[in-house]
Amino acid sequence: MVDPIISVRDLHVDYGDQRVLEGINLEVRRGEVMVLLGGSGAGKSTLLRQMIGLERPTSGQVYVQGVDINGCSEKELKAIRRTMGVAFQEAALFGSLSTIENVEMPLRELTTLADPVIEIMSYLKLVRVGLGEASHLLPEDLSGGMKKRAAVARATALDPELLIFDEPSAGLDPIVAAELDELMLFLKHLFEMTMVVVTHEMASAFRIADRVAFLYQGSLIAVESKQDFQTSTDPRIRQFLDRIPDRLSESETVRRHLRELVGITGE
Amino acid sequence: MSVLEDIGATVIQQLNYVGELTTQFWSGLGALTQVLPVLGKRGRWRAALVQMAAIGTGALPMIATVSMSAGFIFAMQSGAELRRFGALQFVINIIGIGFTRELGPLLTAIVVSSRSGSAFSAEIGTMVVTNEVAVLRTMGLSPVDYVLAPKYLAAVIVVPCLAIMSDLFGVLAGGAYMLLSTKMTVAMYFRAVADAVVLRDISSGLVKSVVFATIIVHVGCLEGFKTQGGPDAVGRSTTSAVVKATLLVILADVLFTAIFYWAKLE
Repeated sequence: MVDPIISVRDLHVDYGDQRVLEGINLEVRRGEVMVLLGGSGAGKSTLLRQMIGLERPTSGQVYVQGVDINGCSEKELKAIRRTMGVAFQEAALFGSLSTIENVEMPLRELTTLADPVIEIMSYLKLVRVGLGEASHLLPEDLSGGMKKRAAVARATALDPELLIFDEPSAGLDPIVAAELDELMLFLKHLFEMTMVVVTHEMASAFRIADRVAFLYQGSLIAVESKQDFQTSTDPRIRQFLDRIPDRLSESETVRRHLRELVGITGE
Repeated sequence: MSVLEDIGATVIQQLNYVGELTTQFWSGLGALTQVLPVLGKRGRWRAALVQMAAIGTGALPMIATVSMSAGFIFAMQSGAELRRFGALQFVINIIGIGFTRELGPLLTAIVVSSRSGSAFSAEIGTMVVTNEVAVLRTMGLSPVDYVLAPKYLAAVIVVPCLAIMSDLFGVLAGGAYMLLSTKMTVAMYFRAVADAVVLRDISSGLVKSVVFATIIVHVGCLEGFKTQGGPDAVGRSTTSAVVKATLLVILADVLFTAIFYWAKLE
């Protein structure tokens, strides 16, 4: 088998005294769409930030393209980062640059291409995500969905092998979210990109995923194909899939406080 | 015991801050060449030009107002005392030397710190909160190179220019006082100023301005980069950028004035 594009080995992450990720082992294969699912606070975004080397782990390793991104030189890390594109939850477009300048920015900074070539390439990237007509607008004039698509265009500016998405459909209406899903599938089929997508939108996840990794309270409890995942019998996964709420806290102190609030004293 | 622990923790915290500031200073200094036109990365100098307009041109009206007011106040207060000794002409020396050596650079630094130091930390803090800094890092670009360096180059060029302007406005205000309260002519006033001020006064003021510019940019940017949390954190880092930059500017002023003072005595 070809070696995985991302390999996470026995990763532990603590924030202060709080353990956020515990013993994560995960391999992302070339050409697949891996969806990281999990509830709020399960550690999805933390795992993603570890995979792109934005944060250092407490222990464990993250290998991207076979290189330990926390143990390599700054130069190696830069080379690795050029093979991946990241689209963040808030789109994170540079507010002072127009849409097309946002896409041009990595090309200008990281390549020696001539300006006309950069302009053509950037425009094509925008056309690909359907933003040809919005190329000269500032990010503040774009709608939420357009911002995300512009972020995808920027993330793909350098034709990365690996695309990473943090909550692509958060804050979007179902139709725009579905458009974004189709865009991702389009990029995957056309350019054989590997994708890692963090989300808690199940409809989106099952549309785009090849495999699903499920995080629960900082641990990976399942890494399987989406078919297996959908038929899983694990109660923690079933609760997520069937949208069963947690029982609200009913500790003795809460009940006592409630009784006091409504003026009932004693039993 | 806990008092000792608190003192220790505070000292470590402050030393840590100085360490971060120093590290950032060296990488910022190294990144300066990238902002230069022709020699540097393409297009970066444009960002520096935009910053020069924001830090420099934008501050000019405030610098003018503050310096003229301070100059006039200074002239009136010293004039009131010196008049009693029949030494009113020394107001010219006080204004000339006071502004070129001290007040020009200091007032400029305080204005720039409150206008631009706060803007730096707010801009960078917002970039941190909205993940724009993370985007830069994932692109393999250093935020210090891309965001800090243009501001630093701009400030190092523009703040000394502003200090000169401040000197000028201060001297003009002093002149207004002298013309109003004596029979001096404009030409006589400027000749007296030229006699009172030597080049060394101006150059020591300019050295200070470069140091102040460095402090304002690095403190402002560091506070921005250290922003953690949501939009309210941006407000906190902006406040602390202005407070820390102003404090450090004044401390640096004491240090540099002492250095120039003892160097002159030798």
